[in-house]
Amino acid sequence: MNAILALEDGTWFQGVSAGAPGHTEGEVVFNTSMSGYQEVLTDPSYAGQIVTMTAPQIGNYGVADTDQESGKPQVAGFVMRDPSPVSSNWRSQGTLRDYLTRHHIVAIGDIDTRALTKKLRSGGVMRGMIATGTVDPAALIDKTRRIAHMEGSDLVKDVTCKVAYDFETSLADAVTEASYGVAPLRRARRPLRVAAYDYGIKTNILRRLAAHGCKVRVFPASTPAAEVLAWKPDGIFLSNGPGDPAAVTYAIDNIKEIAKSDVPTFGICLGHQLMGLALGAKTYKLKFGHRGGNHPVKQLETGAIEITSQNHGFCVDPDSLPSNVKVTHLNLYDGTVEGLRHTDKPIFSVQYHPEASPGPHDADYLFDEFIQEMEK
Amino acid sequence: MPKRTDIKRVLVIGSGPIVIGQACEFDYSGTQAIKALKSEGLEVILVNSNPATIMTDPELSDRTYVEPLTPEALEKIIEKEKPDAILPTVGGQTALNLAVQLDELGILKKHKVELIGASIPAIKVAEDRLLFRDAMKEIGVIVPESGVAKTLPEALAIVERTGFPAIIRPSFTMGGVGGGIAYNLEEFKEIAGRGLHLSPVHEILVEESVIGWKEFELEVMRDGADNFVVICSIENIDPMGVHTGDSITVAPALTLTDKEYQRMRDWGRRIIRRVGVETGGSNIQFAINPDDGRMIVIEMNPRVSRSSALASKATGFPIAKIAAKLALGYRLDEVPNDITRVTPASFEPTIDYVVVKIPRWNFEKFPQADRTLTTQMKSVGEAMAIGRTFKEAFLKGVRSLELGKEGALFRRPKFEDGDEPPPAPDEEEAALRRKLVIPNDRRMWELFRALDLGWDIEQLHELTNIDPWFLQQFKDMVELRKTAEMIGLRDMSHDLMRTLKRAGFGDKELSDILGVDEAAVREKRQELKLKTAYKRIDTCAAEFESFTPYLYSSFEDTCEADPTDKQKIIILGSGPNRIGQGIEFDYCCCHAVFGFKAEGFETVMINCNPETVSTDYDTADRLYFEPLTFEDVMAVIERERHGNVDVSCVVQFGGQTPLKLALALQEAGVNILGTSPDSIDLAEDRQRFNQLLWDLGIPQPASGTATSKGEARDVAAQVGFPVVVRPSYVLGGRAMAIVYDVATLDRYMAGAVDVSHDRPILIDRFLEHAKEIDVDCVADESGAVVIGGIMEHIEEAGIHSGDSSCVVPPPFLNDRHIATIRDYTRRIAKALKVIGLMNVQYAIKDDTVYVLEVNPRASRTVPYLSKANGQPLAQIAARVMAGKSLSDLGVTDDLSPAGVFVKSPVFPFVRFPGVDTILGPEMKSTGEVMGGAGSFGMAFVKAMLGAGQRLPEQGAVCITVNNEDKGEVLPIAQGLAELGFQIIGTRGTAAYLRAHGVDCSVVFKVNEGRPSLADEIVNRKISMVINTPHGRESFFDDKAVRRAAMMAGVPCITTITGAAAALEAIRALKTEGLDVRALQDYYAAVAASQ
Repeated sequence: MNAILALEDGTWFQGVSAGAPGHTEGEVVFNTSMSGYQEVLTDPSYAGQIVTMTAPQIGNYGVADTDQESGKPQVAGFVMRDPSPVSSNWRSQGTLRDYLTRHHIVAIGDIDTRALTKKLRSGGVMRGMIATGTVDPAALIDKTRRIAHMEGSDLVKDVTCKVAYDFETSLADAVTEASYGVAPLRRARRPLRVAAYDYGIKTNILRRLAAHGCKVRVFPASTPAAEVLAWKPDGIFLSNGPGDPAAVTYAIDNIKEIAKSDVPTFGICLGHQLMGLALGAKTYKLKFGHRGGNHPVKQLETGAIEITSQNHGFCVDPDSLPSNVKVTHLNLYDGTVEGLRHTDKPIFSVQYHPEASPGPHDADYLFDEFIQEMEK
Repeated sequence: MPKRTDIKRVLVIGSGPIVIGQACEFDYSGTQAIKALKSEGLEVILVNSNPATIMTDPELSDRTYVEPLTPEALEKIIEKEKPDAILPTVGGQTALNLAVQLDELGILKKHKVELIGASIPAIKVAEDRLLFRDAMKEIGVIVPESGVAKTLPEALAIVERTGFPAIIRPSFTMGGVGGGIAYNLEEFKEIAGRGLHLSPVHEILVEESVIGWKEFELEVMRDGADNFVVICSIENIDPMGVHTGDSITVAPALTLTDKEYQRMRDWGRRIIRRVGVETGGSNIQFAINPDDGRMIVIEMNPRVSRSSALASKATGFPIAKIAAKLALGYRLDEVPNDITRVTPASFEPTIDYVVVKIPRWNFEKFPQADRTLTTQMKSVGEAMAIGRTFKEAFLKGVRSLELGKEGALFRRPKFEDGDEPPPAPDEEEAALRRKLVIPNDRRMWELFRALDLGWDIEQLHELTNIDPWFLQQFKDMVELRKTAEMIGLRDMSHDLMRTLKRAGFGDKELSDILGVDEAAVREKRQELKLKTAYKRIDTCAAEFESFTPYLYSSFEDTCEADPTDKQKIIILGSGPNRIGQGIEFDYCCCHAVFGFKAEGFETVMINCNPETVSTDYDTADRLYFEPLTFEDVMAVIERERHGNVDVSCVVQFGGQTPLKLALALQEAGVNILGTSPDSIDLAEDRQRFNQLLWDLGIPQPASGTATSKGEARDVAAQVGFPVVVRPSYVLGGRAMAIVYDVATLDRYMAGAVDVSHDRPILIDRFLEHAKEIDVDCVADESGAVVIGGIMEHIEEAGIHSGDSSCVVPPPFLNDRHIATIRDYTRRIAKALKVIGLMNVQYAIKDDTVYVLEVNPRASRTVPYLSKANGQPLAQIAARVMAGKSLSDLGVTDDLSPAGVFVKSPVFPFVRFPGVDTILGPEMKSTGEVMGGAGSFGMAFVKAMLGAGQRLPEQGAVCITVNNEDKGEVLPIAQGLAELGFQIIGTRGTAAYLRAHGVDCSVVFKVNEGRPSLADEIVNRKISMVINTPHGRESFFDDKAVRRAAMMAGVPCITTITGAAAALEAIRALKTEGLDVRALQDYYAAVAASQ
């Protein structure tokens, strides 16, 4: 079946349908990871986005439950150069195409994804639509121009959990290499209680916390700080998530409260941006974001370089930081802020994804730093 | 961490001659490293015995030693040059082994030289199988069950434990030499015995077999601050059991989940850290059990490698260049990424295309060789192709191999109505099954045949263990072929044509499938408006702007070629290496680029060989990594013509590959620079050429052409036996033979391939015992001709010039003959209106100079002569082609060498048990070395040493020659006896020598009794053999002797002239002793004397 991807700038690509029939809309972005498409699909931070994979051969190894970062695919749509009709891997439970169709994800294949990527790189991320079947490109382009902009809209409320729950620790127990886990640098000396704000949390963050010896309770994004603090956590975790951080005002307010306490707090991605906002900094939207598994990040203290997993469209403005917040990590591609630490409080955060999945495991040490803070 | 300031002079070790397993990738790596070191202000001293390399260009390093890669020569260089450090990681296994030897001999310590890039302990951990296994266990990395043996009984004890099939890997050998897979005890004893012998430390690893597991490689880098990056992942389509150099490989890995890949990456980091490679690149090989994901590590190379060259070309990340900078103390984040300019090298390239590498074998040259692919590499070259999808890259790769009809993956249609062919009979099915189970060079083609016959993927997976994902891709291609065939060209829709082109089908392939002309397909495609679009290789999947026009073709919508409006010249490269067309031609292509650049042109390179310097994006202004077919080349030309600029094309430098395209390109209206395609054709067309020489009054052996047995007999009757027979338009003497009788001639004609009226078999009278001479010259548009050198062959005529040692200046030619040769060369060049290079082969017999062959193009000897003369011939030729005259360039007199330089060939026989090592008119050598000195003898010693042949200074020499040669061998035997050698002969030879007063003992021939000559060689009783062929009867005997000598590393000389040269060399060795001299010193001495 034919499919069309249309962009707000008037460009459109003719391809073939590679998932569920129908149409979908969202912000069109690209991801440069060469593996891990299922982790990308199921990462809640991609809510509202149509994700283009720059790697051309997608779907080769099929899909498996253990490779999901949440209960289901979260992207608004998916774009590939050459989707695989078959799956080949001993862990595979089915083909990507069936998976997308089953979860009603509209996807397009056989288009010039590199041309699309170059367009997004030079023109910035754009609103777009994928529609399958017989479609009038002009009408579709017209529709894309009426899609709401991501800036200013709160996408967290759509992906956060409805009620608090405890993460099943046993899921993280089998952290052997055979099960593709990474042995933590060390486990906490005692079980540490971590309260995790769920702005769209990736499962592997919970697995990594558990692997480091944390008992994690996951709280809905809007849970008042007092309620979280009342649980008497050893540490508070601020998760990744989709959309514009500035629009999630209730989260910023709660983090301000939490920052007044002395509970160690660690944020990743959206959690990092929200923390920045709560501490008085500003955020801005990057032209085309960072999405991939190869960005070099420098730890300013040691000079060491980590190859990182990234997925964000917004960023903390370093010029807006109050004097008691220091930049700890920088992106070597474009010099943007990748990590923050409060000078007087046990509060720190990173823009990238130390939990990887997909991506390299170089930054796993950050979970160890978090348990160190909690053990102090 | 900034650059170290304590290192000022660095000695770089090259990899020596091209051999199987070690080819021009090390010229690429070495050249990059030298440039990187120079750009940091260091003084660079280079040693490499291979003159056909860009790295040995005298402008590149401060001091260039084309000397044997032996510890003695190295110590002399170290004494002379006093380097602060040695970089041993860009010269392959040769350089690494040499570094270890220098350490063990205490030479490094004595001269206070430090190794940079890899330390001795790191090399040892990586190379010593036992140390490696223990180190891996220490860091929790799993290795196959194995044991290390120093003796056969030890090996047998280990295999008892590890079981069959067993992998045998000798320590410290390259390309898996001497390794193999044993399925039973007999095979095990044979392979283990050979491996123990061939390992320089006489040690082998006996390893549990993981045959059939999926095989992967990671190219990783680490800097002095422990930063680590993966440059590229590579997946072998052929599973474990086939050497990675013989495997079809794909980058990036395509069948790994992120979880599997990241685990592999974690291991890679732990391994490079534990092995202790402090700075630089390494290659790590992994195997994964497809049934349960169990991963093991197979081996690690602590240096740049063939795979790292491939990874550099595949990603645009120049591993060797960065490795050299890291060795100087820089950190990855302190080195910029050339392609994006704004980002640092501390990142992991991400690619948005698929790269496929396909090996090229030369088994047709070694008919007795076993074509089974094992853990010992057998291929001589490779083609790489880039496409937006696997299918596109794969089919481009297959056509890049230039295999002609043999290369066609898809059968031609047999039935007009498009019916399915009948199923294969049982026998054929069984044969096919066998060919699929046992890996061999034709397996991929057999696989396509099986798919064509409708075999299903499950069955094929069982037989081949190839991942079903790849099998599905192949099946899709076969299905597409069937659809295309069914619909036919006339009714082909835009969508179908687009799908076919996007799947990588070439016009030529489609024309075969559809049974029409290639031109018809091209026309249809143009009518459907399907045009090639070029994409850039940018290391970052378009995330950042790229500044390097490194391009590949696709059938996408948007083209990124962005051609300039400068005047430009397109240089066609030489494609995958093969015997007869190797690094020499790549060297010439690079120099053509330098020449045209110097003349102010924009240079555009088209080539598909990932090993080469020409495919470094730094060489030409623009690089198209494309197959060298008419369609692919024409597409580039059309794209580059954008804006109506002048585009010329050069076909002279890349060997036969571009020449084959010359006429078609010219017919398509392309301006071919230099000598006209018509002149090229004239030289190839036997009748036209004969007429030309007749008109010029230049003698040539009587000759004729034939397309049938009858014609061949007639020609032979006219010219008289023996005759040399060969097909037209071949390089490297492919299928060339000397025929002594009618029966053999009939057999040859019956077996001749690709004979047609356009391409008849050439039959020349063979001049027995003639002296052969090669000449290279450059001519300009005004008709001026400068001779680059007159090279006298050491072996007599009848042995392919590429397999013959030769020497400049000619030591044994008289002035009259030299003058004749100069005169003939000039007249031929003028008559052919040569603009650029020309090579002529002469033979001298009975005081007459004959012309054997003229090639108006770059030849194999151009780089060697350029090094001997200190004048870059190919570059001069390019500038002449661009419009300069020779006098403009100040090159007016014939060139002369700056010393005595001998070029010697290097052969791959050690990899092909059972193959005769005798030389003939078909070229068999893979590479060459050069030896230079003040005298012929010493230069020959060095050339032999460079080629791995240590001439003896004492001991016993065994002489066994045919009756005709007995008279000529006598003075040689006398000379050797005078030098103190004991002389041994087989019965006939000994009797003759004794009768003429040489004290000579007798040894049995192989078929006469034991201990035979072969036994005595094995017993190390004999230090040199002189053996000329005895004819058909004793064929077996001679062959056994030659092979025994080769395996034992005993020099075996098969011609009388070679023996005479060896005598002179041994005399020089005993009187002069080995000395080393930089090319720059040779040239300076000449300049001073003028």
